[in-house]
Amino acid sequence: MSGGVDSSTVAAMLHADGVPIVGLTMQLWNQRRLAGAPGMPERSQGRCCSLDDVYDARHVAEQLGIPYYVVNYEERFERDVVRNFVDQYLAGETPIPCSICNTSVKFDQLVVTARQIGASKVATGHYARVSQHPESGLFELRRGRDPYKDQTFFLWGLSQEQLSYALFPLGELDKEEVRARAAAFQLPVAQKPDSHEICFVPGSDYTAFLDAYFAEQGKAMPDSAGELVTADGRTLAHHTGIHHFTVGQRKGLGVAQANPLYVLQIVPATRQVVVGEEALLYCAELTAREAHWISGTAPSGPRRVAARIRHRHPPAPAWAEALPDRRLKVVFDTPQRAITPGQSVVLYDDELVLGGGWIEAER
Amino acid sequence: MLRAYLDNNASTPVRPEVVAAMLPFLHEGYGNASSVHQRGQAARAALEQARAHVAALIAARPAEIVFTSGGTEADNLAIWGVLADLPPGHVITTAIEHHAVLFPFQELEKRGWTVTWLPVNAQGCIDPDDVRRALTPSTALVSVMMANNETGVIQPVAEVGKITRAAGVKLHVDAVQAAGKIPIAVEDLGCELLSLSGHKLHAPQGVGALYVRRGTALRPMLYGGRHERERRAGTENIPGIVGLGEASRLATAERVTSGERLAALRDHVESAILEAVPHAAVVGAGTRTPNTTNICFADVDGEALVISLDLQGFCVSAGAACSSGAVDASHVLLAMGLSPARARSCLRFSLGKQNSTEEVTALLEVLPGLVARLRELSPSWSH
Repeated sequence: MSGGVDSSTVAAMLHADGVPIVGLTMQLWNQRRLAGAPGMPERSQGRCCSLDDVYDARHVAEQLGIPYYVVNYEERFERDVVRNFVDQYLAGETPIPCSICNTSVKFDQLVVTARQIGASKVATGHYARVSQHPESGLFELRRGRDPYKDQTFFLWGLSQEQLSYALFPLGELDKEEVRARAAAFQLPVAQKPDSHEICFVPGSDYTAFLDAYFAEQGKAMPDSAGELVTADGRTLAHHTGIHHFTVGQRKGLGVAQANPLYVLQIVPATRQVVVGEEALLYCAELTAREAHWISGTAPSGPRRVAARIRHRHPPAPAWAEALPDRRLKVVFDTPQRAITPGQSVVLYDDELVLGGGWIEAER
Repeated sequence: MLRAYLDNNASTPVRPEVVAAMLPFLHEGYGNASSVHQRGQAARAALEQARAHVAALIAARPAEIVFTSGGTEADNLAIWGVLADLPPGHVITTAIEHHAVLFPFQELEKRGWTVTWLPVNAQGCIDPDDVRRALTPSTALVSVMMANNETGVIQPVAEVGKITRAAGVKLHVDAVQAAGKIPIAVEDLGCELLSLSGHKLHAPQGVGALYVRRGTALRPMLYGGRHERERRAGTENIPGIVGLGEASRLATAERVTSGERLAALRDHVESAILEAVPHAAVVGAGTRTPNTTNICFADVDGEALVISLDLQGFCVSAGAACSSGAVDASHVLLAMGLSPARARSCLRFSLGKQNSTEEVTALLEVLPGLVARLRELSPSWSH
């Protein structure tokens, strides 16, 4: 229970159905840790595990009359999610911490705790659907019914075992229905706005977060200043660090050109940020690392898929093929804009999630 | 459904006798103790009688007792009351203090004071000689707790008192976990200041007291009235104070018998757990308050065990609660040299007057199975 409307409604729905439930909130990050550092808010304003949200979750649990506890996963979250996030930016990538959190914390540590305290399932407020195939016995993950809220983009890393514990009661609902149910249950959070930012990065200012995090560790942010170059190798300007850039970015490049320029590529080895016109952003092919197949088995040979490289973007028709070393190659029918290293590629067969991987930099 | 409340170091149930003593002051006894009229005088009489009972509990004079809103306020009044007017110098405390002392000393550090944090041995006990060695000409205050809240380990406060007295340095004792459980005589301890709290000795929450030895200068923290001999302004919490007075009176009268009974029950729960649960060990098994035992269950996530026990109706605690309500590894256990993982596998069982052998039996029916389940599903489980 995050204290938001989705997980609160899940708790209310299950409770109304007579399911014996225990509310758990994950304490993931101490919002006070970096508060007041340069560029960071004076007081904690992050969303996910702020005291206000814990207060809301506790209030909902109290209203429902269910047992409720806050569990401390700060150490695990920092090790698996925050460090990864920092390392990926330093490597010139654009990370998605939410996917790692789902795979490594929410559906790992939280499932462990749930089983330890005697629970058989872990229900969350994700907009996704899970079911077990009657013949194969395999668990299948499908997109949530609400195309705008579907969260399978962040759940592709779940294993069969993890899915066997997952319960997604909101999978068949859209957000309006969820809010209506929350209101009908008279939940105090029925009108609470959705959160969109990364929970441990206040105001989405990740560069301020990186600076503050390194300062807290008593280290200087590694120097990755370098040159802004064109695709044909001309130097346009200097930049103060590759972590300030993401593929497809147009604003904040610090160069004036007749035609707008976009970040095409970040090359950590040479600290070069390659820029060029928008047409050069389009590419039909990508490779991904740490590929994961929900069924547990990689397809033999190329498979027809619909592939998504961004949350909320419509999946695009493509061929996907498993490569050695848990890698994955995706070839789109039409070139895609701003394929970004560090982000996920998620593969679908209509509504069914086949798997995914982490997009690699061009080699 | 509650089957046993075994978290009495967090808070105790208010004794029925205490409730009975308080009730008149929630009904007709609403007078303000500062008022001239008879309603006020009745409140004043009750206040002073309670003061006498609290003084008797720690062998002090009634005039040396200042009522506060609880242990935290008493600790803060002692620390800031002594240090507020002084330029930053040196102070001494221990690494195992309750947050009510720990955090004010951390704040002192921020304000330029030098703090010596006394270490503890593996049994959770300080060495008085460390106090002697740490004293400097600029030392303004020494603060040492009498009994630790997490282990129950009793600190050699009287020996520290001899040292501070000889050096002419003020000594504050946080006796919140000791008062009502073990004998306290402030003259024997040699302290100038001593804190205690109502809800740890079967009085209600929201009331406590600070002993201030006669002649000790103390700067008040609150201004607004001439209450408590101008050391703590604000209309007195008469119902709470009467409750603390009655609980103190009962504790003084029953201390020997009640202490022996608690110690026997504690020893019983401790040995029964060690016998029934493999790879369990007592932490801080030195001289302890009679009601406390802290037991480490190897390879068990203490937080999950606390939740599991609660779902079965047993209230215990692990580590220190952080602001969200989640559990942090205990700084006390870390100071005793336990690894963070081991510190997180410890549970505190703290008994109260109301606990019975039947409750211990009920606990032992579920605890071994829960520990086994947690160990089977250890946190190293991974997809």
